[in-house]
Amino acid sequence: MSQNLGTSPDEVQFRFRDDEPVDHGTVTVDSALEQTNAAAVRIEPGDDARALLPFLDRLALIEVNFPGFGDGRGYSAARILREAGYAGELRAVGDVLIDQLSHMRRCGFDSFAPDKRLDEEDAARAFATWENVYQRAADARRTIPEKRHEA
Amino acid sequence: MYRYDSYDQAMVDARVAEFRDQARRRLEGKLTEDQFKPLRLMNGLYLQLHAYMLRVAIPYGTLDARQMEMLADIADKYDRGYGHFTTRQNIQYNWIKLEDCADALADLATVEMHAIQTSGNCIRNISSDHFAGAAADEVVDPRPYAELMRQWSSFHPEFTYLPRKFKIAVIASEKDRAAMRLHDIGVRIVKNDAGEVGAQFYAGGGMGRTPMIAPLIRDFVPIDQFITYAEACLRVYNRYGRRDNKYKARIKILVHELGAGEYIRQVEEEFAHLLSVGVEPPTAELERIKAHFELPEPLRLPGQGAGTPLPSGGAAESGAPGQARGGAFDQWVKRNTHPHRHPEYVSAVISLKPAGGIPGDATSDQMRVVARLAREYSFDELRVMHTQNLLLPHVAITDLPAVYAALDEAGLGAANMDTIEDIIACPGLDYCSLANARSIPLAQRISERFAQTGRTSQVGELKLKISGCINACGHHHAGHIGILGVDKKGVENYQLSLGGSEAEDVALAKITGPGFDEDGVIAAVEKVTDVYLASRTAGERFLDTYRRIGMEPFKEALYG
Ligand code: SF4
Repeated sequence: MSQNLGTSPDEVQFRFRDDEPVDHGTVTVDSALEQTNAAAVRIEPGDDARALLPFLDRLALIEVNFPGFGDGRGYSAARILREAGYAGELRAVGDVLIDQLSHMRRCGFDSFAPDKRLDEEDAARAFATWENVYQRAADARRTIPEKRHEA
Repeated sequence: MYRYDSYDQAMVDARVAEFRDQARRRLEGKLTEDQFKPLRLMNGLYLQLHAYMLRVAIPYGTLDARQMEMLADIADKYDRGYGHFTTRQNIQYNWIKLEDCADALADLATVEMHAIQTSGNCIRNISSDHFAGAAADEVVDPRPYAELMRQWSSFHPEFTYLPRKFKIAVIASEKDRAAMRLHDIGVRIVKNDAGEVGAQFYAGGGMGRTPMIAPLIRDFVPIDQFITYAEACLRVYNRYGRRDNKYKARIKILVHELGAGEYIRQVEEEFAHLLSVGVEPPTAELERIKAHFELPEPLRLPGQGAGTPLPSGGAAESGAPGQARGGAFDQWVKRNTHPHRHPEYVSAVISLKPAGGIPGDATSDQMRVVARLAREYSFDELRVMHTQNLLLPHVAITDLPAVYAALDEAGLGAANMDTIEDIIACPGLDYCSLANARSIPLAQRISERFAQTGRTSQVGELKLKISGCINACGHHHAGHIGILGVDKKGVENYQLSLGGSEAEDVALAKITGPGFDEDGVIAAVEKVTDVYLASRTAGERFLDTYRRIGMEPFKEALYG
């Protein structure tokens, strides 16, 4: 199995979890389907996240790669995994930029390993951009429509 | 009409603050132009041929006088005293400076307006029937459903980096006045046999270089699953829409390549899944929004004769004694009013197509006149039409003479709705960096020519649409007559096509044959109308005649 694939815990710049990060590399979705012991997988934009659903309980880390920030398939992949009950670490890696952080967070990403380290202050502001949100997503925040109709 | 509550206001204010911050980081060099581009695009800021262009959203084309006055102020303060109303019911300013942009957005936010998602590969401003809430033939007012979609699609975390832009139109009548089936998703709000309200979905329509008419993908989505179904459509597109080629990235290509049946199957699967996840807003939210669109009291009960067009001369006895109401007024009433659900009212079209003018442009002074008229005569409501005109949706028939007099004085009295002068034209080579040819000057020359020869009224309904390149922003595929600017060895050349329609009888136009130069295409349009006038039977529009006699006689006249 390719140990070089994937980001190391050192490369993770933001992490919203308390458990110990997985300390070994990830495998491709294809190899994850063959190896019954893989605990960390990397999803590329063209991969079908649903292929992982039968194995979710043995996965501790899923990296979703964004080779270019404009390719938004990883947002759907993330939500699909969370909707299926995946509770492990979901890491956005690659061309992850300040202005994508808040949306990624809403889609269920809870760690971020950008190619280029981001300005901490700008990132903090970005994570806090939306005090309220209109639509349901993977973050279980109460939406504006729900708040409007609270009893 | 819809009013922001503190939540909506906070969202828009947060967006302005965010954009200010992004512009700062761009200026500090923390963002490259490549990184900044999608961010400014999501705030409606394009880089055009000569300057930045700012596109401001007018959700489903509805606005009030105060908002129109702000649009006028912005034109004066940050631009050159005018604005351009678009086929997506928005307004564009062509001469905005980057450093002013955040201030302009902040000004807009004070009147519940914004430029959010008016460009970029995201869900764009939702459009609707410009007669919504006033038309006699609608099942319900479609705008509450459009507003529900506006909120759902604003800052949608999953759908901000779609393969390509995504346009949605929502209507609620058999008649289609919003080119619904030429959208990425078209929705028609309907009632089923049990009288329940639901949504009919069409997907995969569009113009551009590969025009397609959207197929029906679901006949009836129960209204309490409306957003969930839309989310399923978008998710399938986000995951499987092509990203390898910008020109094949719209949903129409996905639906076409998969086949409608397979796309439907995937959407249904995702829909069933999302129903189990629970993403639908509470039903009380739709009710809350609907309350905002309650008609003003005097308009509520449609009486006898609702929705019948004014008879010829029907407004002749209206207005105050002594008010001028000559032939021009009568013409205007005949051409530019639309039947209203209340028999004592009409919707009055304000033409932004004076003969020889730039289609869709309005000066700040004209915007203020229109705002005043809306306040005085139309319950403080205005619409932007997809034909690049404005509309006073609820005018008492007795007020028509006063309204006309004021419009005429402001240069807004052209009586040419749906005539050959009512041209849709994209900005073309005068502004657009992608253009092959100019569209505006051509539109100006054609409308002037037909106005001068008096042919306009002879010919009657004839929708002419001009695009300056294959991207088809001027909807030439959907024109009764369409003109497409192409580049022929460095010279502007125009292709002529016939027989398109964006209405309920939707059709794509067919090319007549070899293209023409500018003078040639104007002559060709005249020849085409000659054939029509010589061949039409009583009551036939140009499009009807074309459909009956086919392309041949037109070809014969053009190239024979
Ligand atoms: S059709 Fe072409 S020229 Fe006209 S506005 Fe669109 S991109 Fe520009």
